[in-house]
Amino acid sequence: MNNFSPTLATRLMLALAVLLSAFPLYWMLVIASRTNADAVSVPPPFLPGGNLGDNIVAVLNNEDAKFLLGLTNSFIVSSIVTVSVVIISTLAGFAFANLSFKGRNLLLVLVLLTMAVPLQQMGVVPLYRLMVSLEWTGTLKAVILPYLLNGFGVFLMTQYTRQAVPMELVEAARVDGAATLRIWWNVVLPAVRPGMAVLGINTFMLMWNDFMWPLIVLTPDNPTVQIAITSLNARFSTNYTLIFAGTALSIIPLIAVFVAFGRQIVGGLMEGAVKA
Amino acid sequence: MSLDTLPRAARNNHRRARPPGHRWRSRFDVKAMPYALVSPYFLLFAAFGLFPLAFTLYYSLYDYDLAGTVEWTGLGNYTALLGDEDFWNAVVNTVGMFILATVPQMILALLLANALNKRLKLRLAIRMSVLLPLVTSVVAVAVVFTQLYARDWGLVNWVLSGLGVDKTNWRAERIPSWIAIATMVDWRWTGYNAIIFLAGMQTIPRDLYEAAAIDGASRRRQFWQITLPMLRPTMIFVVLNSTIGGLTLFSEPTTFYNGNVDGGSQGQFQTVAMFIVKQGFREFDYGYAAAAAWLLFLLILIGAAINFLFVRRIGGTR
Repeated sequence: MNNFSPTLATRLMLALAVLLSAFPLYWMLVIASRTNADAVSVPPPFLPGGNLGDNIVAVLNNEDAKFLLGLTNSFIVSSIVTVSVVIISTLAGFAFANLSFKGRNLLLVLVLLTMAVPLQQMGVVPLYRLMVSLEWTGTLKAVILPYLLNGFGVFLMTQYTRQAVPMELVEAARVDGAATLRIWWNVVLPAVRPGMAVLGINTFMLMWNDFMWPLIVLTPDNPTVQIAITSLNARFSTNYTLIFAGTALSIIPLIAVFVAFGRQIVGGLMEGAVKA
Repeated sequence: MSLDTLPRAARNNHRRARPPGHRWRSRFDVKAMPYALVSPYFLLFAAFGLFPLAFTLYYSLYDYDLAGTVEWTGLGNYTALLGDEDFWNAVVNTVGMFILATVPQMILALLLANALNKRLKLRLAIRMSVLLPLVTSVVAVAVVFTQLYARDWGLVNWVLSGLGVDKTNWRAERIPSWIAIATMVDWRWTGYNAIIFLAGMQTIPRDLYEAAAIDGASRRRQFWQITLPMLRPTMIFVVLNSTIGGLTLFSEPTTFYNGNVDGGSQGQFQTVAMFIVKQGFREFDYGYAAAAAWLLFLLILIGAAINFLFVRRIGGTR
């Protein structure tokens, strides 16, 4: 028998994996669309109810939760960071991949080394003190600034540019009299657009998900969406429908991105893994 | 390269035609522009990477107290940490949850990747489904799992009681809380690691398997003798990634206790990352927190080294 045709056991295993992957999200929908009495009943309810709209309205209108503000803040933070990381990474990636300069390899190794250090945990105390002395705690600036750069992004774009933009193309553009920045804009950017998309989606998801740093540097009255969920959870710890409606709201942007770009995300991950 | 000859000739023609001022500008462009392009990264890294790292070391040598007095203490924070039961508790919790989460996760991810590597219908749909957990938010997932693990009406206890197992108070007891948190981590990362393993598997030449099959090697044997050894570089990547992620665990256990970094009533699931945040931002002892951050880094280095040596032996010729 051929090694690459699936057996029954393989098919069952994959079916189980798909079911388990989807189940907690389905469960989120079940509880978010029920009443609180249903959420704490035994046996638990297994089908969605009809209260989803009401529960979502209740979360959004809740004065204490600041959920809408949390959603807006997360959107602002994630968008700014994504744009910055993509620009910085495509610029540096182009230089590392297509231009020759003294110290290039050394600098690239330095980028790789920075990827191995868990900066979020290592730098948290001085970064917090810095934000305090700038009087930026409680503001979005404090969340955004430390994330404007990303070593992984530079590494990814270097690899991607190397493969997508042949040296001959850059040389030819130079012959035509184009300056470096112009080459970046007219030749490199169009060619690396798929890489930028993967990096952009990744960065956006990472920022949307960030929890520890906003928890430290923000206050519940100006939260990101993850902090808003946490204060919902702490303040209304028995009101599961409210918490789950908020939780469901918080992942809608991510699910939307995944539905739109799922193929690229899978492809980008697999490509990145082989090259790493 | 032969391709170069034509453009170079063309470039020389161009140069001759250009006005003199242009020449200096393009020289500057070629020499200095690369540095300008990489400088945003390195400038920001200096400000938000290098500066914090250096200052963490500096802070770790001072003693801060709630009243705001600051005193030089040398290695005092480090020796205090090494004698601090709460710190060791956090280390044990972190390592315990890490092992509890990572071992099944790697085995499942390998099996899943092996299954995904077959000729399948709906291939993309299946790959996307197993990646779905990664795309959802950590806190959202932790909230859902916390409800699933509720003592009185949680689905997990309901299913277990159907199987004749007594109600477990997942949040109150140590090992159950570790298991609950480990399942959150596994749910999120198993599919991702499977996709990475799959990418590695697809670079293994298929004729190796065909040759092995002709020689009469069973599928299981092919997996052990071909797939695993050839997958070693990918495995090192995945395991190192999981080590850093697992030892800095924060979101899941924090959410499991309503956003509180104490990690349960007796700190039964407080991780080192939570300990750092508690010391630094609840007790305001910045020096102690900074020293703990360096010890966490040391823990990660040790964990990474052990895992690296372990993976190198897998499928190796002994």
